[in-house]
Amino acid sequence: MKITLLFFGILKDIIGDTSKELQVTESITVDGLKTHLLQKYKELTNFSNFSIAVNEEYVKANDILKTNDVVALIPPVSGG
Amino acid sequence: MQQNTSIKITSKKLNIQECYDFVQDVSCGGISLFVGTVRNQTQDKEVTLLDFSTYQSMAIKEMQKIADRALTDFHILKIAIHHAKGKLQIGDIPVVIAVSSPHRKAAFAACQFAIDTLKETVPIWKKEHFADGEVWVNTHP
Repeated sequence: MKITLLFFGILKDIIGDTSKELQVTESITVDGLKTHLLQKYKELTNFSNFSIAVNEEYVKANDILKTNDVVALIPPVSGG
Repeated sequence: MQQNTSIKITSKKLNIQECYDFVQDVSCGGISLFVGTVRNQTQDKEVTLLDFSTYQSMAIKEMQKIADRALTDFHILKIAIHHAKGKLQIGDIPVVIAVSSPHRKAAFAACQFAIDTLKETVPIWKKEHFADGEVWVNTHP
């Protein structure tokens, strides 16, 4: 199924893009996706300390993704 | 709850008076203001500017959640949380939080809650620029 990835902060610099579309297994979990991303994008290896938000909400590791979900990779925030 | 909160992310200069005027009310005996400012050094290195970027649609939602929680958890009347984005110079203001309450204790507590939580959860990032390069800030002190 298709999902959209969004990259922010240092991850945007490392990946070299603000967003990518990705094909993933149906009903993949958030944790499963993270593992998949770390394998697919070796550049992320030293920057694996990111949270994940799906459709603008923080999610839990075992939440299940749906087709067309917008998945944001959120490195440590530094607002304020 | 919506009319008792003011949430904004803007690339324009923040306006402290605007936040104050929003929360001010005749029923309130105290207004607490937190103003974040860009300082000129970090860990003994001189900073030339800060560049703030956001996941804006989600950041607005998270700031709204913080404001709604402040209204529920503290005895306050109104809260404003405004954040700047883009390049800020030394001395510029990246964030203003204003809270009004009948009494000062809740105003102080809610204001602290809001900035502490913003720094933990809101998807905003700052990149520090130095004379010899730039670094994404990795922690939220």
